[in-house]
Amino acid sequence: MPQLPIPQSPPISWFLILSAILFALGVAGFLFRRNIITVFMSIELMLNAVNLTFVTFSYKIRQIDGHIFSFFVMVVAAAEAAVGLAIILTVFKNRQTLEIDEVSSLKN
Amino acid sequence: MDSILFLIFAAVAVICGLNLVLQKHPITSALSLVGVMASLAVLYLLLGGEFIAMAQLIVYAGAIMVLFIFVIMLLNAGTEQRPRRRLWASYAGVPLLAGVIGLAAYIVQRSLPATESVSFGGFQEGTAKAIGEKLFSVYVLPFEVTSILILIAIVGAIVLARKEVS
Repeated sequence: MPQLPIPQSPPISWFLILSAILFALGVAGFLFRRNIITVFMSIELMLNAVNLTFVTFSYKIRQIDGHIFSFFVMVVAAAEAAVGLAIILTVFKNRQTLEIDEVSSLKN
Repeated sequence: MDSILFLIFAAVAVICGLNLVLQKHPITSALSLVGVMASLAVLYLLLGGEFIAMAQLIVYAGAIMVLFIFVIMLLNAGTEQRPRRRLWASYAGVPLLAGVIGLAAYIVQRSLPATESVSFGGFQEGTAKAIGEKLFSVYVLPFEVTSILILIAIVGAIVLARKEVS
């Protein structure tokens, strides 16, 4: 079997770079999208990227604490999703729109 | 072989993430997010986090995304309108993001030795037993506070979503 040009096992930095890429994609979605639900999903993507960083460093220092932090992040994300989607439902009931630029009562 | 596993699932995660940002319809974005979460669960397994991988699949890909898709279907959310073209955003945004990723990659490569690598089974402490023991000894106060947070979230969601009774 020919030797592949990649290392046998992935370096830790690859995981962190993947996490950075996913976080940047989440930021892009948060800033550029106009549908309120998609913006919310971009936030979830950013939380996932941070979780990957926690678990990676947990591997690096051989301690389990990173897993527990990412567990707490999951709990907070679940609570946030429940409340946020309830807010989205209320906004839609009152305004019949999901465009984020239309919801600007607090502006000025 | 761990490298190939990592590369496959990292590629799936990045492609699904790009799809999330670029697609116009929210249901497509939601399904892409499920793909990202599933491939991240595989990477957690590679890093030795069995419990976190399963929690990722059950809580995130199972519960939270079902909630999202349920709301998308309930609101009958359609395709997004073409955004008004903001010139500075469309021209400066992509190079700026690429710059941020490049800077992060550079810093990570400089500060972490490349010799240290991840192999499957290299860290076996991420079991449910170990996490439970730590959660109920060192982190017992945050754990209990979390239950109050969830209670507040439940009450808040019910208050926000109920029908007004006059």
